[in-house]
Amino acid sequence: MTPPRKLTSWLIALVALHGIVAGAGFLAPYDPVEQDRDHPYLPPMRVHLMDAQHHFHSRPFFYPLRLREGSFDQYQEDTAAAVSLRFFMRGADYPLLGFVPCRWHLFGTDGARIYLLGSDAYGRDQLSRILFGGQVSLLAGLLGAGVTLFLGALIGMTAGYYGGWRDDLLMRAAELFLALPWLYLLFALRAFLPLTVSPLEAFLLVVVVIGMVGWARPARLVRGVALSVKERDFVRAARGFGASDSYLLRRHILPETASVLLTQAAILVPQFVLAEMTLSFLGLGVPEPMASWGNLLASLQQYSVLVSYWWMYVPALAIVPFFLGYLGLASALQQRSGAYKIDEKSSWSPT
Amino acid sequence: MRYFLRRTLHAVFLLFGVSLLTFLFSALTPGNYFDEMRLNPQISRETVAALRAQYQLDRPLPVRYAHWLMAVAHGELGFSFAYNSPVGPLLWVRARNTLFLTITAMLLAWLLALPLGVWSASRFGRAPDRVLSWATATLLVIPDLVLALGLLILAVRTGWFPTGGLASVGFENLSPLHKLRDLASHLALPVAALVLATLPMLVRHVRASVAEVLEASFLRAAVGHGIPHPKLLYGYALRAAANPLISLFGFSVGTLLSGSLLVEVVMSWPGLGPLLLEAILARDLYVVIGGVLLSMIFLVSGNLFADVLLYWADPRIRIAASAK
Repeated sequence: MTPPRKLTSWLIALVALHGIVAGAGFLAPYDPVEQDRDHPYLPPMRVHLMDAQHHFHSRPFFYPLRLREGSFDQYQEDTAAAVSLRFFMRGADYPLLGFVPCRWHLFGTDGARIYLLGSDAYGRDQLSRILFGGQVSLLAGLLGAGVTLFLGALIGMTAGYYGGWRDDLLMRAAELFLALPWLYLLFALRAFLPLTVSPLEAFLLVVVVIGMVGWARPARLVRGVALSVKERDFVRAARGFGASDSYLLRRHILPETASVLLTQAAILVPQFVLAEMTLSFLGLGVPEPMASWGNLLASLQQYSVLVSYWWMYVPALAIVPFFLGYLGLASALQQRSGAYKIDEKSSWSPT
Repeated sequence: MRYFLRRTLHAVFLLFGVSLLTFLFSALTPGNYFDEMRLNPQISRETVAALRAQYQLDRPLPVRYAHWLMAVAHGELGFSFAYNSPVGPLLWVRARNTLFLTITAMLLAWLLALPLGVWSASRFGRAPDRVLSWATATLLVIPDLVLALGLLILAVRTGWFPTGGLASVGFENLSPLHKLRDLASHLALPVAALVLATLPMLVRHVRASVAEVLEASFLRAAVGHGIPHPKLLYGYALRAAANPLISLFGFSVGTLLSGSLLVEVVMSWPGLGPLLLEAILARDLYVVIGGVLLSMIFLVSGNLFADVLLYWADPRIRIAASAK
């Protein structure tokens, strides 16, 4: 298999995964914060095509759950009251892709609510929460990686291009940040920022905190590229023609760092998604009622949930395909840039 | 000797930088531990102000930092607001547990990673190697939070392991052998989570660096001389590949410390992790700073240890250091 094809297949897989999460509003049947206090911790429901009398139905349907006789947390299917699924139906409002107001859902029901992945303590639909939580977690990861790469590129280029005392100072700081255990750093940063804030502020706070932690590695790599590029002939020529520092940095050095930055992005995004999850899991990140993969898992800190409600584990599995995708992408990118390096070496003139 | 002096100086500089950094961050904080007291009508404004003054929270940052540095020079790490006791002993009890956990996990991870990596490299590209690569790749895509939760679920569902804490109730009355068994069963889950989280990275690095050395001509010559295979791998190849691995050891201390922070909270291991989390939620300033600093000290000592190992293992560094 040739590396470029591998790269595109990983990319396609990732785009598809992100598409699912981006279309959460459409794919999820309900609003993620809509409560149904009468139905806490409902187990996942089964969708049937065959009813209890062994008759086949062309439209999928499900049986609402009701408490088993003499029990307070055991549910059984109420075979008397089948509710059929409806597709492309109008339901709760949601902003499609974050800004287009929309009401269409892939599926839904009239009457009894359907919980394909069960419900949580407040009777909120776990499937909807996982999908919407993915939006928050992935966005935090992507934005955090953006902040980090911006900082890393800026600092790395400054250090590599100008050199001298700036280089010394910045690289000392980078060593400091590299040496710190990242979770301790994250904790230290988070410790000194406000605790009780609105969900949106908390989200932005998490993004900033995560973004400020990881700049050291990309900065070091970018610095290395900048150091070598600034001695290349085309840069010297441009400087000879009177190009300013900012022009050189923008037009000649930044493009050369692109492959390093891309590879770093593929490595950083899953790490930062995990960082958001960790913070939210520990109660320092995105607060309820907003859903994120981290605070969905937070309920597992209660012993009763851990023992009794297996469907609350599902959010933990949601990130695994994303991790796999990003890991594959990162290694494919690394291979590609490795191949490029060999190319460049052979095309360099031996001056 | 100068080599160690330089490394130690570097370490001290690092610690100094971290303490300065944490203090700077703390200056950004809106509010402090005593803010919630103000909401309480039973506590007068003057009392809160007096408390603030007592803990010197009303002084400017440089003064506070200087005071704190003086305290550290005297071997104290400040005062905890929430526990109303000095931070040092408070942290030390927890840090012992964290150290116990991480050192056990680290030893186990390396003891597993070295033979696995060497074995994989010696069969590079063949079936066992590919199976192992697959296994490490699988472990690599499972984030440590999920891993820790998964193990916890396993423990809860099967009841094979205790689900938290360091020792059972009535630990003091057990016989030494039972004490050991009790401790081991409590240690099993957190250690397993940490080992599984760090193992794939270690195995991959060991495999890569040993595989690179196996290509070298001096090893082919050794094969030609009929040196037995195990001795060849562990006596020669591993020795030659040790250099990057020792650096990796220094690096792995940091990841293990981070990992243990999370694992401790998930598995309720009474280490630094839960204490630090509580301190953050309560705005217990000096506990947070002390905890971060203590973890840095562990990290720096780990790195220093790696440097010593490197000095011992690599004659080139010895010569370069003594030539200076």
